Amino acid sequence: MFDSWALTLVVFLPAVGAALLVAVPRRAENLMKLVALATTLATAAVGVAILARFDYGATDTLQFEVDRPWIDVINSRYHMGVDGISLPLLALSVLITVLCVVYSWDHFPEPHNPKAFLALMLVLETGMNGTFVGQDLILFFVFFELVLLPMYFMIGVWGGPNRQYAAIKFFLFTLFGSALMILAFLALYFKGGNTFDIPLLVERGGTIARDAQILIFGGLFMGFAIKVPMFPFHTWLPDAHTEAPTVGSVILAAVLLKLGTYGFIRIALPILPDAAQAWAPWIGGLAVVGIIYGALGCLAQKDLKRLIAFSSVAHMGFVMLGIATLTDYGINAAVFGMVAHGLITGMLFFIAGSIQERYGTREMSRLGGLLLQAPRLAWLLGFCAMASLGLPGLAGFWGEFPAILSAYQPAPGLSEALFRVYMVVAAVGTVFAAGYLLWMYQRTAFGTAKKEFAEAHVHDVHLPEWLAWAPLLLLILILGIFPSLIFRVTDGAVQSMTSALQAIGG
Amino acid sequence: MLENAWVIPALPVLSFVLILFFGKRLPKHGHEIGVAAVALAFVLACVCAVQWVQRPANLEVKPGSEEHAAAPGSPAQANAVAALEEKAPPGSEGGHEGEGKGEKEGEAGEHEAEPIRKPVVKEVTWFDNGQTRVKAGTHVDGLAVTMMFVVTLISLLVHVFSTSYMHGDRRYTHYFAALSLFTAGMLVMVTANNTLQLLVGWELMGLCSFMLIGHWWEERNNSNAALKAFFTTRTGDVGLLIGIAILFFAAGQTFDIADINAAALGGEVSHGLVLAGAAALLCGVIGKSAQFPLHTWLPDAMAGPTPVSALIHAATMVVAGVYLVARLYGVFWSGFDIGGGGINPVALVGGITVLIAAALAFVQTDIKKVLAYSTVSQLGYMVMALGVGAWTAGVFHLVTHAFFKGLLFLGAGSVSHAVHSFDMKKDMGGLREHMPITFKTFVIGSLALAGVPPLAGFWSKDEILLGASSNGYPVFLVIGLLGAALTAAYMTRCVYLTFFGEYRGHGQPHESPPAITVPLVVLAALSVVAGFVNVPGGEWFAKWTENETVLSAGVAHHSFSPFVALFGSALGLLGIAAGYAYYWRNLGPHRLTQRSGAAGTGYRILENKYGLDRLYTDWVVGGIKGPIARGAYWFNQRVIDGVVNGVGIIARGLARFVYDTVDQKVVDGVVNGAGIGAEDGGRVLRLMQTGRVQQYALFLFGAVVVLGGTLVLFTTG
Amino acid sequence: MYLNQFLLLAAFLFCVGVYGVLARKNAVLVLMSIELILNAVNINLVAFGLFRESVAGQVFALFVIAVAAAEVGVGLAVVILIYRNRHSIDLTEVDMMKG
Repeated sequence: MFDSWALTLVVFLPAVGAALLVAVPRRAENLMKLVALATTLATAAVGVAILARFDYGATDTLQFEVDRPWIDVINSRYHMGVDGISLPLLALSVLITVLCVVYSWDHFPEPHNPKAFLALMLVLETGMNGTFVGQDLILFFVFFELVLLPMYFMIGVWGGPNRQYAAIKFFLFTLFGSALMILAFLALYFKGGNTFDIPLLVERGGTIARDAQILIFGGLFMGFAIKVPMFPFHTWLPDAHTEAPTVGSVILAAVLLKLGTYGFIRIALPILPDAAQAWAPWIGGLAVVGIIYGALGCLAQKDLKRLIAFSSVAHMGFVMLGIATLTDYGINAAVFGMVAHGLITGMLFFIAGSIQERYGTREMSRLGGLLLQAPRLAWLLGFCAMASLGLPGLAGFWGEFPAILSAYQPAPGLSEALFRVYMVVAAVGTVFAAGYLLWMYQRTAFGTAKKEFAEAHVHDVHLPEWLAWAPLLLLILILGIFPSLIFRVTDGAVQSMTSALQAIGG
Repeated sequence: MLENAWVIPALPVLSFVLILFFGKRLPKHGHEIGVAAVALAFVLACVCAVQWVQRPANLEVKPGSEEHAAAPGSPAQANAVAALEEKAPPGSEGGHEGEGKGEKEGEAGEHEAEPIRKPVVKEVTWFDNGQTRVKAGTHVDGLAVTMMFVVTLISLLVHVFSTSYMHGDRRYTHYFAALSLFTAGMLVMVTANNTLQLLVGWELMGLCSFMLIGHWWEERNNSNAALKAFFTTRTGDVGLLIGIAILFFAAGQTFDIADINAAALGGEVSHGLVLAGAAALLCGVIGKSAQFPLHTWLPDAMAGPTPVSALIHAATMVVAGVYLVARLYGVFWSGFDIGGGGINPVALVGGITVLIAAALAFVQTDIKKVLAYSTVSQLGYMVMALGVGAWTAGVFHLVTHAFFKGLLFLGAGSVSHAVHSFDMKKDMGGLREHMPITFKTFVIGSLALAGVPPLAGFWSKDEILLGASSNGYPVFLVIGLLGAALTAAYMTRCVYLTFFGEYRGHGQPHESPPAITVPLVVLAALSVVAGFVNVPGGEWFAKWTENETVLSAGVAHHSFSPFVALFGSALGLLGIAAGYAYYWRNLGPHRLTQRSGAAGTGYRILENKYGLDRLYTDWVVGGIKGPIARGAYWFNQRVIDGVVNGVGIIARGLARFVYDTVDQKVVDGVVNGAGIGAEDGGRVLRLMQTGRVQQYALFLFGAVVVLGGTLVLFTTG
Repeated sequence: MYLNQFLLLAAFLFCVGVYGVLARKNAVLVLMSIELILNAVNINLVAFGLFRESVAGQVFALFVIAVAAAEVGVGLAVVILIYRNRHSIDLTEVDMMKG
């Protein structure tokens, strides 16, 4: 009973919560917060139940499957399921949303309108969860697009001074990719025997002619690469992050970016194995360019949030490099990297938001001496910076190093020499990562406070922040020490996928 | 205890966590936890050492067991004669390799019957990834036991020293927390049985060095030094990461160090792959162990508290690189063909470092910087030792160096505790009367470093020289001898400037409290006696530490050579004599730098540290941080974003055109035009609507005529 | 042989009728001219009926006479109403339907 309803619950509970919120009278702010918190907690509880009942012995099969007719005219079905690849991301998504609600408890961004803000957040969660469990292209697409709108409003309404531009850029950029993506979906529908069902397409995809595959992959690539975002489609990201409210940035970095990489792993690679092989060198190349390029972008930044945004470009480069190798190491590393990046960068954005709230600025040249004024906050920033630069023993390492490792020996059929060059470039990228993160830390935390803030009374980390951050911090540490917590889940699914890939590609 | 060696690194980790969260509330602000944990770790390390020594030596390793390496069907591998025959055709492909083999087998023959102690390995599954099961665990052998002993001992002494030295520091608690973690990092690394775990410890130390070098981060210089240390080592780590990746695949998808060594020596892996792995690892070693050309961070690291410098230089961090070479010796051995003699990158890097760092030590006025360059130089010795095939000598030097360099740094700390400065020329001098214990111990340390027999430094340095001379590395023998003389001379200068002459500082210096002097005395005692654990004739140290890798590689042993020993110590004494003559007797060419242009130039080159600092800071880092990053960002904002915005602007322009011109004028024009046309047409047509019946009839009739005429015309035609 | 003479007569009458309808101002005269046109048609119908030895022509002619009687009735009624309203039966002055 639970098993067949679990996914529907986890996807639509937030939507129901959003509807409830709309019914709450405008004055009853506390009630709104409670409704939102209760909804997200209930969703998270369902998520935990899924985690608990998940059969870890069979991570490569879809579990909690629902498969009902939905739109008969186009053979689109209400098909949902989780396997080892989507499970960690689903868990990440339900966790982050709860924490975002907790974090916003006392400080909603201006213009203060908690009802709309929380409702958008819940709708966003529906979209994110739905994307991770959808097993039908149309269903996937609907959820994938559903995410756009709340985020657009979040940036456009609650954002910084340049919010209009950023919001529209974000929206149009992604929509442009989606347009090509839906074209590719339609092509898959017709080439794959009139079905949108992902598992079915995975079975049939290999039979599509190679040239057609390559074209279709191009459409998918545009849709997903913009979302990731990969160089050179990344320019919406710094703007969106800089302007978005803290919570928006967190969700954007922690979950939304993963929709793109998840799309590659779930749809593009398994359905179109030949094309994946043909595209992999290019993807890998763009990925390593992104690593170096994102790092250089970071080094040039003066704005804390913008710096973290550029670091996302670099980190997602590692994820994409892992995917491009088409090996189980690489894709395991990619999934781990997605989760780790979600935790770490989400956390960094939280901290950047809190710094902005306290100082009213994100200009690093005006900051300094955070370790003196708010030592705990500064320690957390240091911890996350270390995690972000891939210190072994913290979560970031397990996304980064295995990706580098996997590039040494990519899947058969890919050029080893080329990928080894990528490996070296990516490894050099780790130095750059250390560079921009530590410079950032030096400028914000070390030294003494600048004159304008010398007398300021800066509040150290307070309770809602602790509550919102503690799970992330613990997870960063725990996953860093016990990477098997994620590898155990992903490994089976990834192995069955790559072996299928190699059976066709090799 | 050997099976449960994981407890030893776990203790300082625990201590780190406890100090971090509860330290401030404790009466001693956390140092009690740190000292207790490290003391306990030290005791356990001693237990390990004792158990190791008592462990029955029952593992037979066939020296030079490289059957796979040679062509199949040559069972006479162990036969020295056959090997010598192989040596005969020098031009042939295998000639070079055969030469090395012949030599080492010939030597190894002496130790043929000597079984070694079997390493104690304990592991648990860490994670599964792909087809690989990665195991975490401890690999305890003689090398690890030695390192655990040294690390915990030095760390304990540094902890004790710090309780007094750092007393009243604003971040006393954090300091001890970081110290604990630092120790833990090194211990994790030395006990690691796989390269990943080794990397964890390695990077943990990088983090801790960052925290401790930048301990007084309020000042920009200190945080710059911390960043520099982290970046520079991290730059080397690129090599380490790549090296681990290469070796992972080369050894058949495993991180296990023993497997990697075996694979590298086994010969199934192509030589190019092993060479690439070794070269990549060497980059990591150069960064971490401050070898030329990445040695520049170490002197700057003096920005940290002095006990930290002692810890970094003596027992952790910088020796990690040397340890890495010793641990993965199989890779370096076969990758660089160390047995072959001549010149190889490891020895070359070490050799260059020995000389350039020793030269730099002469121009420093800061006592800690003299010691820092001395460390760089001594690390060069260790790397060179490993590079010339003198494995035991390298490790042995690591141990003895830990004692006397720890001693010297703590002594420098004691001095600065008294005079509140590190500047030898301005604020020191004549301290031997004020600080007798510090003075005596410091002199012992200096003599040990200078290699004066029978102190510890003499024995280990002698073995390195011996190795270089007997393994076919004459160049490095010369470098080693030259380095010995330089070392002795700059240490003499340092001792003179600090303890002799007139006191130039302010106030009344006085001897430090026992928490500082006791560690000095302990280390001084060790600096005197430590050399005897490997005296010729006994060579217990070699027997305890040598492992399967070293033996199966066929690392050569050489019997004590009085000639080398005599030469080495003579040069050391010569250096001291020169220093004595120059400073005490005022002999020799004083003010040479002002009189001679060449000497002045040389001095300036040394003062500028060969310009490497400027190259790295201004050109490389400044270049990347400045123009390149700005350029990339400009590219991002102007070109890529320009394209995006351009597309946006074009789209908007197009939209405006479509709306203004196409939509408003053409499409809407048609619609409006229809209306306007109808109206105008009506206006014309109503003229015909006169209301007169007869006019209508006329039209009707006219129309009939026209239609009828047409009909008639066309039907009849 | 005989048909032409009847057709010529009918044509003549028709032309006279048309002239009357188009050129005269007096409404009664216009009505009478219409009567002439209709009778020209009747002559034609009878003549063609005789020529083709069919009675259909004469039947049509009878219908036309009947309709013409009704037409003249309605027409004269309209004329009388116009005269009552405007005291004139000059058709050039009746242009109330001007557009």
